Amino acid sequence: MKTFVAAIVLIGVTALAGCTEGVLDPKGPIAVAERQILFNALGIMLAIVIPTILATLGVAGWFRASNQRARYLPDFEHSGRLELLVWAIPAMTVILVGGVAWVGSHDLDPRKPLVSGVKPVNVQVVSLDWKWLFIYPEEGIATVNQLTVPVGTPVSFKLTSSGVMNSFFVPQLGSQIYTMAGMVTSLHLQADHPGTYRGFSAQYSGDGFADMRFSVNAVSPEEFSRWVDAARSAGPVLDARAYAELAKPSKAVVPFNYGAVAPDLFNGISQVAQK
Amino acid sequence: MNLLGKLDWSAIPFDQPIIMGASAFMGLLIVSVLGWITLKRAWPYLWNEWLTSVDHKRIGVMYIILGLVMLLRGFSDAIMMRAQQAVAAGAAAGYLPPEHFDQIFSAHGTIMIFFVAMPLVIGLMNYLLPLQLGVRDVAFPTLNSVSFWLTASGVLLTNVSLVVGEFSKAGWVAYPPLSELQFSPGVGVDYYLWSLQISGIGTLLTGINFVTTILKMRAPGMSLMRMPVFCWTALASNLLIVATFPVLTATFAMLLLDRYLGFHFFSVDAGGNPMMYVNLFWVWGHPEVYILVLPAFGIYSEVSATFSGKPLFGYRSMVAATMAICVLSLLVWLHHFFTMGASANVNGFFGVMTMVIAVPTGVKIFNWLFTMYGGRVRFTVPVLWTIGFMVTFVLGGLTGVLMAVPPVDWQVHNSLFLIAHFHHVIIPGVVFAVFAGVTYWFPKAFGFTLDERWGRRAFWCWFIGFHVAFMPLYVLGLLGMTRRMQHYDNLAWQPWLLVAAAGAAIILAGVLCQAVQLIVSIRTREQRRDLTGDPWNGRTLEWSTASPPPAWNFAVLPQVAGKDAFWQRKLRAEPPAQKPEYRPIDLPKNSPVGFVTAFFAVVSGFSLIWHIWWLAGVGVLGAFVATLFFAFRDKDEIEIPTEQLVRFDRAHPAGVAL
Repeated sequence: MKTFVAAIVLIGVTALAGCTEGVLDPKGPIAVAERQILFNALGIMLAIVIPTILATLGVAGWFRASNQRARYLPDFEHSGRLELLVWAIPAMTVILVGGVAWVGSHDLDPRKPLVSGVKPVNVQVVSLDWKWLFIYPEEGIATVNQLTVPVGTPVSFKLTSSGVMNSFFVPQLGSQIYTMAGMVTSLHLQADHPGTYRGFSAQYSGDGFADMRFSVNAVSPEEFSRWVDAARSAGPVLDARAYAELAKPSKAVVPFNYGAVAPDLFNGISQVAQK
Repeated sequence: MNLLGKLDWSAIPFDQPIIMGASAFMGLLIVSVLGWITLKRAWPYLWNEWLTSVDHKRIGVMYIILGLVMLLRGFSDAIMMRAQQAVAAGAAAGYLPPEHFDQIFSAHGTIMIFFVAMPLVIGLMNYLLPLQLGVRDVAFPTLNSVSFWLTASGVLLTNVSLVVGEFSKAGWVAYPPLSELQFSPGVGVDYYLWSLQISGIGTLLTGINFVTTILKMRAPGMSLMRMPVFCWTALASNLLIVATFPVLTATFAMLLLDRYLGFHFFSVDAGGNPMMYVNLFWVWGHPEVYILVLPAFGIYSEVSATFSGKPLFGYRSMVAATMAICVLSLLVWLHHFFTMGASANVNGFFGVMTMVIAVPTGVKIFNWLFTMYGGRVRFTVPVLWTIGFMVTFVLGGLTGVLMAVPPVDWQVHNSLFLIAHFHHVIIPGVVFAVFAGVTYWFPKAFGFTLDERWGRRAFWCWFIGFHVAFMPLYVLGLLGMTRRMQHYDNLAWQPWLLVAAAGAAIILAGVLCQAVQLIVSIRTREQRRDLTGDPWNGRTLEWSTASPPPAWNFAVLPQVAGKDAFWQRKLRAEPPAQKPEYRPIDLPKNSPVGFVTAFFAVVSGFSLIWHIWWLAGVGVLGAFVATLFFAFRDKDEIEIPTEQLVRFDRAHPAGVAL
């Protein structure tokens, strides 16, 4: 009974919690779709789990040894029909949820570009000990611990790591993906509403991990261009030497930006590890 | 060359009051226990009857004691983490610096899986398998002792790391590159690796031993399809041990080569690939979950049948489901890293396979339900744990299936939602089962039952505490809180973490109830003696012998003619066998080889961790010589004469076949 109450409470509070932030308060198409899948799968399963919990408590309570009215069936140990049912119920549930999983993995594949009339913004992400570097190759700028994206525009991420593994994650925009040295992963997200969203590493990476956060500023496209121009006109140049300096371990780094980026820096970073 | 390798006084963290306090407390405890043993002049008894024992029952009890002691250690870690996260909000840094917090969560996971859950489950299998199969011991009794002591070696090394040096800060999964020398130059990861290598060999030997026992050593007439379901689940679990522990050992060996000899299996440079480690680790890691939970399902099956006064419903379905889980558990490992960027087909396949496991698991739940249906359910403490498990586990399973949907996993992977999920399956699935099993079989092992009242209190504290401690973590996960955070800036999380900490305190009350239960039960043991050997009206063969059973388990091996062999015999109300035909029994002789080998394994492990190469050589040589000595023994069995068997059976009439 307690578990049942707890489940109801859990659903209730998470619904409430959705009003603040986190994965239940999506701000982009991927996160919206993922929340829908979460609800669908949860609904399908609760339809079988809640009756099972109630039946367990009911059967155990009714057939308690002290209940004289309950029938004692000491030889009831097999029933073909019941066993068919017992295999069929979870199997059918799994077919439903399995369908959701299969379709969802394809539809929302992090590698798949978003369908949109708007030209995507490319961002190259590097996880370092313990901060995030975002390179905008087309704009020729880079930022640390701060990601600015235009609203309503797909963002196409290429991600790698300078050393240890991390996971790039902005819950309100959707899927996370690992960053790994010597390898490049892909992710496509989009913010539909202006605002500031939390981003962080979701894969423990050592001492400074807890402060490995960044903020995502989703701004209007016009504001984004203004921000790019402002960034270009200020800040140091990110070349191999500046990168080597940045790559030294540091914690809780205050966000800043580079006004220019050496060409092909990202490819160098993602391949250097393999040399 | 330095004779002590990397070891010097700086290895001991004198400047850390928490660590020194904990170590002083542990030291005091150990000294007082040893002192008490000396005062009682119990050393010869302890050495002859326990430490060198090759009796599966003694070894089983030692495994369980080891697991329970380490449960206290792992639980202390849990309380420290909950306390840290309850306070370290906003600008507050809490009381644990990152380098300490990181060791605690790494140690918590490592200890709880390898040194709590495994010893508890293996201990129960050790105690029960030969009794349920109606035989006198496991297939390789001395090897069994070696297995136990190697596990204890791993435990010892892990605990030494508290005082000498440090434990791993790379999490219990120790993913490279973080666990490589480049990023973890300290001895912590080496402690982790060598502890688990040594105990892992012990576990593999156990697996081989138990598979052989089940397949080759059953009582006359006990075909596979007449085995108690616990034996089936143990078979599946040990097959998985044999299949997957070598993978873990090999993976750790590669990481050790990277760390010690500059290899590049998983390094970021020179063509190493950390993804390989992650795959290999979970090729072991996911079956490991089933290694633990399958025997637990077996315990629930035994408990629900006995206390419902009915045979287990759908025995064939149960066996099929068990073996299906055994095979399927090897095909789902990738769901631990849907976030690594695999293709949609790969993610989809592993997501669906993961859900398929939920089918046989669901079948089991329904079968326990129908076992109670039409029964006369006695609400004893083991039944409380069982029903508590059933209603809790289905929700834990639900969140597991949710996370098997890749798009959902991309949102909650590594979050506290995941933490809540796996505690939601492992605590009811394994820990509750062990408590149910210990309560159920305690009178068999010690000859008296455990106190019901304190048992109930313990159950309710654990049950309520569990929900208070872990339900908030689901919410936190959905709010975007990831795991392993030493501090956080989002103040909205703090209330939930405070509730979770309160839940941990309620569980602590449950642990205290269990301690009181044990003390009360021992003090009132004369009133709660089990003289019949069958206190619960049991169904399987372990209840047909005396409580506690003699060293030889059965003076005459039982003849089995069907499932629930003992129950059938009781139904037929057979008159006491016309004078059973006693024959002298040969029992394996006790041997210190396990203890001595393990001692040298600890010496080797410790020296390798600290790069004291000569001493590592001494350790390996010592272990080898000890084994050699054992191999050349003159006498390996002692004979129990017929008179002794007759005398025992006369004193314990229940011990004679009913």
